[in-house]
Amino acid sequence: MTHAATSPKSMTFGEAGSALAFAALALLCIIIAAKAYTPEYAFHAYLFAAASGWAAFKIVDRFYDRPAQLPPREINGKPNYNMGPVKFATIAGVFWGVAGFTIGLLIASQLAFPALNFDTAWLSFGRMRPLHTSAVIFAFGGNVLIATSLYVVQRTSRARLVGDIAPWFVVLGYNFFIVIAGTGYLLGITQGKEYAEPEWYADLWLTVVWVAYLLVFLGTVMRRKEPHIYVANWFYLAFILTIAVLHLGNNAAIPVSIFSPKSYIVWAGVQDAMVQWWYGHNAVGFFLTAGFLAIMYYFIPKRAERPVYSYRLSIIHFWALIFLYIWAGPHHLHYTALPDWAQTLGMTFSIMLWMPSWGGMINGLMTLSGAWDKLRTDPVLRLMVVSVAFYGMATFEGPLMSVKAVNTLSHYTDWTIGHVHSGALGWVAYVSFGAIYCLVPWLWNKERLYSLKAVSWHFWISTLGIVLYISSMWVAGILQGLMWRAYTSLGFLEYSFIETVEAMHPFYVIRALGGVLFVGGSLIMAWNVWKTITSAKDIAVAEERPLLVAAE
Amino acid sequence: MSLWSRHKIFETNSIILLIGVLLVISIGGLVEIVPLFYLKSTIEKVEGVRPYTPLELAGRNVYVREGCYNCHSQMIRPLRDEVERYGHYSLAAESMYDRPFQWGSKRTGPDLARVGNKYSDDWHRDHLKDPRAVVPGSIMPSYPWLTEREVDPALVADDMKVQAALGVPYTAEMIAKADADLRIQATTDDPDATALASRYPKAQSRDFDGNAQRISEADALIAYLQMLGTQVDFKLYDNKANIR
Repeated sequence: MTHAATSPKSMTFGEAGSALAFAALALLCIIIAAKAYTPEYAFHAYLFAAASGWAAFKIVDRFYDRPAQLPPREINGKPNYNMGPVKFATIAGVFWGVAGFTIGLLIASQLAFPALNFDTAWLSFGRMRPLHTSAVIFAFGGNVLIATSLYVVQRTSRARLVGDIAPWFVVLGYNFFIVIAGTGYLLGITQGKEYAEPEWYADLWLTVVWVAYLLVFLGTVMRRKEPHIYVANWFYLAFILTIAVLHLGNNAAIPVSIFSPKSYIVWAGVQDAMVQWWYGHNAVGFFLTAGFLAIMYYFIPKRAERPVYSYRLSIIHFWALIFLYIWAGPHHLHYTALPDWAQTLGMTFSIMLWMPSWGGMINGLMTLSGAWDKLRTDPVLRLMVVSVAFYGMATFEGPLMSVKAVNTLSHYTDWTIGHVHSGALGWVAYVSFGAIYCLVPWLWNKERLYSLKAVSWHFWISTLGIVLYISSMWVAGILQGLMWRAYTSLGFLEYSFIETVEAMHPFYVIRALGGVLFVGGSLIMAWNVWKTITSAKDIAVAEERPLLVAAE
Repeated sequence: MSLWSRHKIFETNSIILLIGVLLVISIGGLVEIVPLFYLKSTIEKVEGVRPYTPLELAGRNVYVREGCYNCHSQMIRPLRDEVERYGHYSLAAESMYDRPFQWGSKRTGPDLARVGNKYSDDWHRDHLKDPRAVVPGSIMPSYPWLTEREVDPALVADDMKVQAALGVPYTAEMIAKADADLRIQATTDDPDATALASRYPKAQSRDFDGNAQRISEADALIAYLQMLGTQVDFKLYDNKANIR
């Protein structure tokens, strides 16, 4: 390498190309801002211009600071992992988690006490609710998925991430998307499609970021030193690919003008409804399930120091889950104008989906065989195991609610909200917390977390919060469903709609209390993560952890 | 060699794994979505259903912007209590010009699919301004800014052009007259109201928010709400027409 060391430093194609692209984008955005139809859109165009300008500057600045050679893929025969972007996404995950839960608490309180809307446009429930759902699903969940996937793919492939700027582009670009989406909702920029509210330009940006994500992930898998692709990476790959397909299908839209934030979706009415819930349910299936199952398949065996329970079960789990999930969307449209056969297909596949879901749960739980005693001593493992138990519960409740007869009662009520949160808080958030508690000491080379006791407190406080949340929503939902269909002895509807709203009040208060506890728990986590990074003891020499192999 | 060992090809070749995943996830979506563009029940045209007037379209965009769909559905299911509470169950055709659809998934507030003409304009205006002034137990946010913010009649033609490109039957005349039509519909006793109604049957024209000085977002939103679910005359609708 002596030859290379003496050669003059020159910009790589990636550096020059992306710096130019960002500079061009900054210019374009300034033109758009100048001619924007609305001030809100101009604000977004300026944000894009500022971010692109900063990116172009940063790339050139970084070039002048860096040594002539890019970081090597290996040092002394050991992979030279690229953990900077992983660290960023981990911290971002913690930040967005606390923010998203807090907004959730606010909107829960608004439903109990409407004065909390403050008669202000950007604070009103209709704008804050998408902010909450996007913040927890895409900002918190998304950053955890990006952080863990970029970590796991490197470790299980024994290879450095592909790309020099690309991994940073994925992480920073994704978080910029979150900022655009979130500020957009507050300013009233929305497509009006649940969980797909960002407008056309944010969607376009996300598409670019997502393709880069796929390429970085896939490229790293291809660079692997292991003959087999580890099971967690199958799930990550399915998650990245399917989300790309769903995103493109559901957001197909034509903007009114390049100078307008408004677009119209190419699908209409019943077709739009089906496409939306094909997307919506598989955002649950692939974003909130497949991606987090990948976390389960890496972090639980790692933490328990046991191999995955069954290799064959994981094969069946994988293919059955991704095949069946796609069909389940129409259960969101029972008894609507969607044709009956589609509804029945959706219901049938939702019930069949119960099997691979529980197969996966069993595979996760049984991985603890011979290590169950660790649950007593390790609150991080406890978080993850309880998350898998919640996964089992939510994936039983889901098929139950997809039965058309049950759905006549549960649909449109808070039962759905309760169901979603048993999955979102119990499964997604808990397995994420577990992964974050594992990752932080690993990434920052610390011997251990700052405080395991704080993890225990986090666990118990949040669990109490979840119990309050889901039990109050069950009662509220079933009560409201029954009140809507109640008849007097004379054959009249017994309750006016507003009476059913008033009946919800105590449950909305209890739910908000549950939210207080959950937010409190997440604040403990943020503090613990912060203390771990700043003051826990460093590992003297970074030891090489053993690789994971699936059980045969 | 057992069947299990054949799985090796997916585990050792990332492109084959990628293609396998894409194939497996395509099937369900294709089977459930593609037929909806051909089946009679999902593409039937029902007498009375027409595209939104410029003012209604502007109102619908306010409805979308404020996220009303987070709490209000627009889809009445064919269940006894829903039909008695809200009216005839919703037809696919009634949302054929809805981009995006606003069926909703939650009823924190009541269904709005047939709210049109059930309450007076004044009731809607007061209710939007302060829901608890007219419904004491309501938990809906107040929307006082809707009567303050003006609708720009010049912009709606652009929206209609895009919709026309997507297949909504807006004629060149409708698009050319969008600006004027919006103003006509927001005015009480405008002489051109009959011309508007000939382009958009059953369009209701009047000053919806009680303030003739300006065309506010409340005008547009109330015009949209008062139209919801009123297009199809169910005395004439033949619900057996699609049974084969």
